[in-house]
Amino acid sequence: MSVNEESIQSTSHRRTWRDVDLRAVAPFAALALLLIVGAIVNPNFIGLNNLANVATRCAFIAIIAVGATFVISAGDLDLSVGSMVAFVASLMILFMNSGVIADPTLMLTAAVVFAVAAGAACGLANGLITTVGRIEPFIATLGTMGIYRGLTTWLSQGGAITLREPEIQELYRPAYFGSILGVPVPIAIILAVTAVAAFILYRTRYGRHVVAVGSNSDVARYSGIAVNRVRTIAFVIQGLCVAVAVLLYVPRLGSTSATTGILWELQAITAVVVGGTALKGGAGRVWGTICGAFILELVGNIMLLSNFISEYLIGAMQGAIIIIAMLVQRSLVRKS
Amino acid sequence: MRKGLLGIAAVAMMALTGVAHAEEKKVTIGVSIPAADHGWTAGVVFHAERVAKQLMEKHPGLNVIVKTSPDPASQANAVQDLETQGIDALVILPTDPDPLVNAIKEVKGKGTFVALVDRAPSVNDNSVRDLYVAGNNPALGQVAGEYIKATTPEAKVVVIRGLPIPIDQQRQDGFDQGIAGSKVEILDRQYGNWNRDDAFKVMQDYLTKYPQIDVVWCQDDDMAVGVLQAIEQAKRTDIQYVVAGAGSKEMIKKVMDGDKMIPVDVLYPPAMVGTALEMTAANFYGQVPVRGTYTIDATLVTKDNAKDFYFPDSPF
Repeated sequence: MSVNEESIQSTSHRRTWRDVDLRAVAPFAALALLLIVGAIVNPNFIGLNNLANVATRCAFIAIIAVGATFVISAGDLDLSVGSMVAFVASLMILFMNSGVIADPTLMLTAAVVFAVAAGAACGLANGLITTVGRIEPFIATLGTMGIYRGLTTWLSQGGAITLREPEIQELYRPAYFGSILGVPVPIAIILAVTAVAAFILYRTRYGRHVVAVGSNSDVARYSGIAVNRVRTIAFVIQGLCVAVAVLLYVPRLGSTSATTGILWELQAITAVVVGGTALKGGAGRVWGTICGAFILELVGNIMLLSNFISEYLIGAMQGAIIIIAMLVQRSLVRKS
Repeated sequence: MRKGLLGIAAVAMMALTGVAHAEEKKVTIGVSIPAADHGWTAGVVFHAERVAKQLMEKHPGLNVIVKTSPDPASQANAVQDLETQGIDALVILPTDPDPLVNAIKEVKGKGTFVALVDRAPSVNDNSVRDLYVAGNNPALGQVAGEYIKATTPEAKVVVIRGLPIPIDQQRQDGFDQGIAGSKVEILDRQYGNWNRDDAFKVMQDYLTKYPQIDVVWCQDDDMAVGVLQAIEQAKRTDIQYVVAGAGSKEMIKKVMDGDKMIPVDVLYPPAMVGTALEMTAANFYGQVPVRGTYTIDATLVTKDNAKDFYFPDSPF
């Protein structure tokens, strides 16, 4: 509800600096703080190479988290995304290994289409189980999390599934390691995905419906919104985002295993929340989400580059930094 | 599913051969192992089934039942199920040894021959098992350390650890012993969780942090995959080689092909479950003494002997 009020305010007044929504800015303030800390810890940290590395490797979580922003804004939760990455990536590699199409370029194109379709189908399954089956999203996606993970383990017989065709590998490698005009491809894709997602969430009718359903689904229903359809589509968007993440993941190591993507769902949800989206639904901040994903990855990076933190304490420090980052955000919001 | 079919086929085959050679000594061996949830355990399942098939072909009176379980609780149930089927011997690689001690003792108390593989409980004597086939974690570290000491005596080494559990600590201690008294310098040790993606990240950060790295010791073949990718991406030429361990087909193949980045691999073979199975069968059919502890060396796999450890059909 608070979001609705906010949005009414920001449209009725003329925008001045006073009206800038501090909750949207807060994640970026936390990010700036982390960058300063990092620079003090190790001068190499602030180097363009290192920051590009970190931004590139946060691509998977960032893109998945963009999808999660939709699901969470609509008041749902998807726990299956980590397993879904492993499952869709395994299917994609097996498809490319099957050799049904001889020409490598055509094969790769078909595999990309196949992966996107598989991701959308997995998301649709989650959506339908939640809405048509009327099962709490937590339980429904906990179930599919086990299913996708189990199927991956079965497909790989517990081992690894590796891309065999060297030609396809060579052709596909630049999708993760290449760059466009000096910007690494994964970073370009994060920005593109986020721009599209921001447009859908802030500028389309569907986006407003998502927020309305997340704020109060009963009110949304009485206002004539097809609540179940909105929620299902949010899950499909999540599936598509997972598929895009897979398209970047596969060229990196060229293989998947039963442990691929373990606990990524928690990282994605954390990124969404650190980015300023409320876990109870009704507000979505897509740009905040990718900022959150970047913050999570930076914390690990700073720990590793520092010389004075014992390897045994890294987990504790990471937890503490996330809490501090959230406190900084809260204090900014209170001042407004 | 595939495993299920295999099992049915094996049982059917057993039934047939069993009739044909009714005069052969009848022995049933139950094998309880962890479910294939990562590379190494997948190898354990593969080798358990491979050796079981071999043994049953060799001894027509022998029946081997292989059961996999994802956690200690279900493994305790599996052991009970095996017991009610009437087994003469149990070969067990426990998911977690201590919670399973009682289930194992129960079986042993009925006079069943028990072979324990790899993971030992805190009290590991002949009240628990007859035969203990062990991998050698300290040696895995020590062999790697000694190789680095001999090949590059003044190397600057970065270490990627597994998870903070005792096995990992034993490997680290072994490594320190291996390089003791040399000028090999350890720049850093961080956890990579025995996971490819995490190892990739840790290696990327090492490359940022240190301008000069000579050798990477990552003690695990899965993690080596991520390490090699990170080095390739950074286009760094200062790293001379990477020492991993376990003996996955991917890394053994690299050693066999003479890959400069992976000159050797240190063995911690999932096939050790096969060793235990063979020795257990020998106890019944060969009438040779096998009771005791058998520790498998952490063999250094080089280009010359790599083909002995290469299993192209294994998932690991």
